[in-house]
Amino acid sequence: MTTQVALTGNDAVAEAFRQINPDVAAVYPITPQTELMHAFAAFAADGVIDTELVTVESEHSAMSACVGASAAGARTVTASSSQGLALMWEILYIASSYRLPIAAAMVNRALSGPINIHCDHSDTMGARDCGWIQLFSEGSQEAYDNMIQAIRIAEHKDVLLPAMVTLDGFIISHTMESLEILDDAQVKEFIGEFEPVTNLLDVENPITMGPLHLTDFYFEAKRAQAEAMKRAMPVILEVAEEYAKLSGREYGLFEEYKLSDADVAVIVLGSAAGTAKVAVDGLREKGIKAGLLKLRVFRPFPGDEIVQAIAHVPAVAVMDRSVSFGLDGGPVFNEVRSFAYGRDIKLLSYIYGLGGRDVPVEHIDIVFNNLVKANEGKEVGTYNYVGVRE
Amino acid sequence: MKVKKDTGWKEMPLGGSVPEPGTSVEYDSGSWRTYRPIHDPEKCINCLRCWIMCPDSAILVEDAKVVGIDLEHCKGCGICAAECPPKVKAIKMVMEREAK
Repeated sequence: MTTQVALTGNDAVAEAFRQINPDVAAVYPITPQTELMHAFAAFAADGVIDTELVTVESEHSAMSACVGASAAGARTVTASSSQGLALMWEILYIASSYRLPIAAAMVNRALSGPINIHCDHSDTMGARDCGWIQLFSEGSQEAYDNMIQAIRIAEHKDVLLPAMVTLDGFIISHTMESLEILDDAQVKEFIGEFEPVTNLLDVENPITMGPLHLTDFYFEAKRAQAEAMKRAMPVILEVAEEYAKLSGREYGLFEEYKLSDADVAVIVLGSAAGTAKVAVDGLREKGIKAGLLKLRVFRPFPGDEIVQAIAHVPAVAVMDRSVSFGLDGGPVFNEVRSFAYGRDIKLLSYIYGLGGRDVPVEHIDIVFNNLVKANEGKEVGTYNYVGVRE
Repeated sequence: MKVKKDTGWKEMPLGGSVPEPGTSVEYDSGSWRTYRPIHDPEKCINCLRCWIMCPDSAILVEDAKVVGIDLEHCKGCGICAAECPPKVKAIKMVMEREAK
């Protein structure tokens, strides 16, 4: 029994959190995430959920409280953006190294400076090494669906890693969209009871979490953690399969849109994928075989699968909504290109949309036109920006 | 699972935790002591203030009487000597290398 509703992205994720009914949520506000937890706090205040809502003094404390709660056996959630996520930075690594299945919504917002409250992916990209699973959402429906699946993925006994679900700040978080939500009972059954593997409150089996490891043990601990992240890949697909039976909506590592016969293709994450689909359709009408790969799972990075999906496409552009200063090409571009090593695909990098810079269809057309030129053997720059005033 | 010097990454406890309690008993953490407490049972009035205040639980007590110091865990912080009542002063701190 599903219901069609009109909700903003923030409200859609708050709804998912309501249905998940976590034990603890430790939160601190930041634009454009604020309304998400604001709505969730209202649920808590109204007694609609059983969540212990802990309002702390900063995001550093929020993530610290989440670690404490999860270590004590509580199903724990939080949300943040930009500087808030950045302030959580050191604790993100703690959460993943302790193997705590915390679930978080990250409403993508540009990192300062300059101060900017609008969408780009610099915040979560800056956390790509921290050991959290990262799922990107195109719109509210995906954000809602991803959040519910994230609980199962994170808590899976083969994984036990924290997971963040992204949604584009303002573009999705504050935009009203029509989406389908599941029944409370369906979500409750899908996520099941939380069965913590380690639990500091289990006095029958006392353990120490986070002890010092010297030079003789740290490396082994990290190697084990790296393996857990690898195991997340098949689990993500298993959970998606189960979720498809429940919701009728299928999810994978990425979505392929008119890709199978494409001569030119773009790889993109987040809301710009929606715009890119419009661009693809427009180009197809003009006889250009354009295609799209919308990446959903960024961590763990499905490099081999992406390359497999684009292997037949002679020219591909990877669009990054963030910059890695000092590195030519955006982070996603570099990761794709690394896995494409040895393959005969022309790969171009386009950095776009920083600080919420609008991404109209025309800009994506520019990218595709350059890919067409590349296929015609013309000189096209590898490292590009689109949408910035020269 | 007992972690040893040659334990491989596959056998490491989840999240690098120490999965059993009380393991500090097996670990000598007294070796970095600079000063050692010397307890005089003749002067001691067994008020047990030193036992209450010791951060390492290194004051050994039997039948409510101080019987000694756990030198494998005592770090020589001197709190016991400082807490011993001024009119009693049953504990004095001496240089570790002289006490040996």
